[in-house]
Amino acid sequence: MNNEYLYELIEKAKRNDKGSIGKLLTILESSPPEAFKLLDIVLRETKSKAHVIGFTGIPGSGKSTLISKLLSFYKKENCKIAVIAIDPTSPLSRGAFLGDRIRMQEHSLAPNVFIRSVSTRGLKGGLSFAGVAMIEVFDYLGYDKVFIETVGIGQAETDIMNSAHTIIVVTMPGIGDEIQALKAGVMEIGDIYVLNKSDKEESQKTFEYLNFVIESNELVGRLGWRPKLLKTSALMNYGIEDVMNAIEEHLQYIIEHRYFDSKAYLRRKLLVKLFIEKLLIDKLELEFERLNIEETPGLRNQLNVLREKIASSLKELELYI
Amino acid sequence: MEVIYTGVRQTPEQVVETAIQEDVDVIGVSILSGAHITLMKRLMENLRAKGVHDIPVFLGGTIPLPDISEIEGMGIDRVFLPGTSLQEIVKYVYDAALNKRKKKHE
Repeated sequence: MNNEYLYELIEKAKRNDKGSIGKLLTILESSPPEAFKLLDIVLRETKSKAHVIGFTGIPGSGKSTLISKLLSFYKKENCKIAVIAIDPTSPLSRGAFLGDRIRMQEHSLAPNVFIRSVSTRGLKGGLSFAGVAMIEVFDYLGYDKVFIETVGIGQAETDIMNSAHTIIVVTMPGIGDEIQALKAGVMEIGDIYVLNKSDKEESQKTFEYLNFVIESNELVGRLGWRPKLLKTSALMNYGIEDVMNAIEEHLQYIIEHRYFDSKAYLRRKLLVKLFIEKLLIDKLELEFERLNIEETPGLRNQLNVLREKIASSLKELELYI
Repeated sequence: MEVIYTGVRQTPEQVVETAIQEDVDVIGVSILSGAHITLMKRLMENLRAKGVHDIPVFLGGTIPLPDISEIEGMGIDRVFLPGTSLQEIVKYVYDAALNKRKKKHE
């Protein structure tokens, strides 16, 4: 790909040409040299403005449907919104079936909405990189909000959630045991907890339990923000406006506490690290595949073989400069 | 291979817009309603109007044999009829995607 073509894509993407945006995102997923050129431009010019909102929660809790309903509200506000929907992939079949879009297709023709599905496969540990880079590109292109949806398991998804200003944990009734896990594990991160499917019978019990956990300060919000607990039924279109108000309230809070800009700063710093990591890991994996441990028995010998390869991969970084 | 599934009852415009935002290699459409001529014509016109010429489109469903030549005349790459083996379709998609990527790099 020549530079002129890349610059042309960027210019068209700035004018919200969806095809060009789509192609830029593909570059981030699959082509490090072009991704480097693109991000070099992006990180030079942007003053970060986009509000990044992460949606996480167990499969089936209704994240996609909730996002779709929120899009309906935000569209009325003349807000430009990007959605990055990350789906986990079976490591066995090595294929991916990405179905998050099904719930959001009513917005597919909206000029101010862009939806992209991302699978964990094919990115070779580069999911963190692709996800965080996509946030930067949408920010650069003038999107006001970036929604990211993941099931929130694994390091890559934690990286991505850490890049969000506002984190929404979506849960549903009748999962008492899971709430224990939610307190202890990677999910202890929500700024807003949404009890979705609250039209279900057992919802009041789950709500009270969650409420107790929050009241007793077992779920500590970030930066003194008290986590909010809201009831919704995304399917019945109930409680959605409350979620939107809570998101905006949290945004005001983090702006007032000067947290908004520092988050963007940290995100960009993370991106630098992830990019270099990706380059080195890609190269290293290639060398590992070629390594024949029968020909060079002993860890010392194997390290010796790889040492030179690692040194040459560091040299390769110079190609980018 | 990654499949982005949009769910049923999509308009041709929705299919085209989704393909563009997801930057796909191949578009596959299933139609069982009998409206294949009208819908596929609209889909192909919309795709060309958006300046897309390099994404192969294939169709599967209950398509009467006499309609096939008209559909292929619209620029649709392949038509699969009921009873086609899954392997045959997968093989086609694989080759079509690879072919598209090769052209892109030329």
